[in-house]
Amino acid sequence: MKSDIELVDENGKRLDGRTFDQLRDIKIEAGVLHRADGSCYLEWGGNKVVAAVYGPREAVPRHTQNPLRAIVNARYNMAAFSVDDRKRPGPDRRSREISKVISEALERVVLIDLFPRAAIDVNIEILDAEAGTRCAGLTAAGVALADAGIPMKDIPVSCAAGKIGAEVTDGMVNGGHVVLDLGKEEDNFGDADLPIAISPRTNEIILLQMDGHLTQDEFNKAMDLAIKGCHDVSKLQKDALINKYAADIEEVE
Amino acid sequence: MTKTSREIVIPSQYLGETSEFKAGRGTLIDHGKIYAKILGVLNKHPPYINVVPLKGRYDPVEGDVIIGFIEEAMSSSWLANVNAPYPALLHVSEVPWKVDFGETEKYLNTGDAIMAKILSVDMEKKLNITLKDRNLYKIQGGHIITVGPSKVPRIIGKKGSMINLLKKYTRCRIFVGKNGRIWIDGEDVQVSNAVQAIRLIERESISYGLTDKVEQLLKSLS
Amino acid sequence: MIMPIAPTIKKNYLHKLAEQQKRADGRRFEEYRPVIIETGVINKAEGSARVKIGNTQVVAGIKMDIGEPYPDTPDSGVMTTAAELIPLASPDFEAGPPRGDAIELARVVDRGIRESNAIELEKLCLSPGEKIWIVFIDIHIIDYDGNLFDAASLAALAALYDSRIPINRLSEEDQQSVKNKLEEFGVKPIEETVYDKAGNEQKTLSYFLPMREPPISCTFAKFNNAVVVDPSLDEEEIAEARLTVATDSKGAIRAMQKGLNGSFTADEIKKIIKDSLVTGNALRTQLNESTSR
Repeated sequence: MKSDIELVDENGKRLDGRTFDQLRDIKIEAGVLHRADGSCYLEWGGNKVVAAVYGPREAVPRHTQNPLRAIVNARYNMAAFSVDDRKRPGPDRRSREISKVISEALERVVLIDLFPRAAIDVNIEILDAEAGTRCAGLTAAGVALADAGIPMKDIPVSCAAGKIGAEVTDGMVNGGHVVLDLGKEEDNFGDADLPIAISPRTNEIILLQMDGHLTQDEFNKAMDLAIKGCHDVSKLQKDALINKYAADIEEVE
Repeated sequence: MTKTSREIVIPSQYLGETSEFKAGRGTLIDHGKIYAKILGVLNKHPPYINVVPLKGRYDPVEGDVIIGFIEEAMSSSWLANVNAPYPALLHVSEVPWKVDFGETEKYLNTGDAIMAKILSVDMEKKLNITLKDRNLYKIQGGHIITVGPSKVPRIIGKKGSMINLLKKYTRCRIFVGKNGRIWIDGEDVQVSNAVQAIRLIERESISYGLTDKVEQLLKSLS
Repeated sequence: MIMPIAPTIKKNYLHKLAEQQKRADGRRFEEYRPVIIETGVINKAEGSARVKIGNTQVVAGIKMDIGEPYPDTPDSGVMTTAAELIPLASPDFEAGPPRGDAIELARVVDRGIRESNAIELEKLCLSPGEKIWIVFIDIHIIDYDGNLFDAASLAALAALYDSRIPINRLSEEDQQSVKNKLEEFGVKPIEETVYDKAGNEQKTLSYFLPMREPPISCTFAKFNNAVVVDPSLDEEEIAEARLTVATDSKGAIRAMQKGLNGSFTADEIKKIIKDSLVTGNALRTQLNESTSR
């Protein structure tokens, strides 16, 4: 879908003034809810996300129990008021798919073998949406899991890269710029979207989706950019956790 | 007096080499390196590296004395909630009474609280508990609150120092289950004071000078 | 609320305290927990609010769209209310379509606003019989620690007060005719300063959703013959009966809902109504302060 919007100006600046490899503003807070075992509130550009973890707890219904390990149930949901045109409450097919790929990503880093027959329920609520909600959601879920004291190999983190500004003529796509962290207009009118998630300690890719058009060269650039973005966000996740609990020690010293 | 600094560590944080240290609880080993696997407080007493959990649900261990709530009475056993990811089974052969088949409800019913011991935890984390011990029984009266199981050591204190402080000022009977459930019995006002003090310990469990803070609170309340 | 069974000891303890006019968290029977009301928390919504009562936390968002009126009210805008008890908020909330609790909550909040005509729906008509504004009220429970009825109701009202009619989403020609229609009904625009993506200041004319002063709801729970306001989670777990009363600033009762399978005496209900008026006024003052209307 094309429009008259110029996503990149003459100075190489994007619509919101960012450079190609710049992330939007991100704010992360751990341990924000009272009932949940672990929780996180995260703002990423215009996205506002709350994640809550319950578990490990008995997996119900019983037939879903795995006698060898825990199952991670991630549930991604968008609030009705989080988007321009009100969304009917309840999971749609898109939400179910995102829930599935996030669950699978999280199962790679949570030490599920320690909790046979249990479930670790991860709830991700998008309260305000502005492109990249699945990345923001998974990132918040990672913090919430750590906040819940769940044993993990690593804290998973997610970020997207994409392509904007290409020329499309007769179905042929030429040119364009590979950029980090697509904003709203870039997501709507851009040429490719590549959200990924990694285990930052080992750089393993635990989530990867792509749609649009990327040459192999562009893909490599995009993936490198996204991985670097992930590492930058990973630092923010860790700071949020340390800040939340180190504060207790500081106050009394 | 040297203050050992308390460092908060997070999952995947590098803690040391297996060539120099022994990996203790809360850690995992990968290619000769030791990493934290939970959010917690680093405990480095060479040659051991441990991470003491800050949060997390109760992980049952054989021998733990805990407080459970009966969820269901079946014909020759009961199912109890012990604040773990799994329900616990109490068989009629593990109680001090002679219970006839189908008569379980006469002794323990849904909602009753018991002081029980973890008898066994199998590979699939199926739990069995027992009431067969002098210090185990059905709990009557008093009040029960729940704290994060990771706070239990702090509420008990070194050699019982903290819990004795609570008992001294409130003159309540207090029992702290390993699963984070705490039973308190005494005068209403004192029970309420004890709860306040325990919530303070829960909130500031890793702060320095906590014992003094708690004593001050208890003094001001009495 | 479908609650897990409370352990007997807990119930006995709360009952014992109640006999001495005490509550487990130290409050008096008629004492409300601290209430925090914040508006404008969701950018995408036309209006939004976040309300905390103690640890209970609710976010409400208002979305508006143009639609067709109901055949029996061709000149009137439409409002609809939905509530989600999302699994985020409590270990006991399950994912899935709204169950009885969520539906009752939504309908009680809805009635309080609808029956009192708190939203001036008659001013939301664009073309009689053809085009009107629909107001969607969506309530999202984020943290459940007792008393969802009051938290949800306050959040919905604060969000409505915060709402600006989304004229900018219409085409240029439609925008002008909509503005004319609103002004015909006496809805005057207010100048506001907004910031665009690059941080530049912009002046804009906002049309706030026309509202009348709404009734404020107040919820009570009864256990062991004690009636307490703003029940905590523990108190809701052992409550035998629940009563929500909505009152207006002139002292009239506008809506009531009794819940759970216990009962109230007529005297208890009369006292509850008296207390609702007092508490309702205090909450109304706080609501007005937080929304600067």
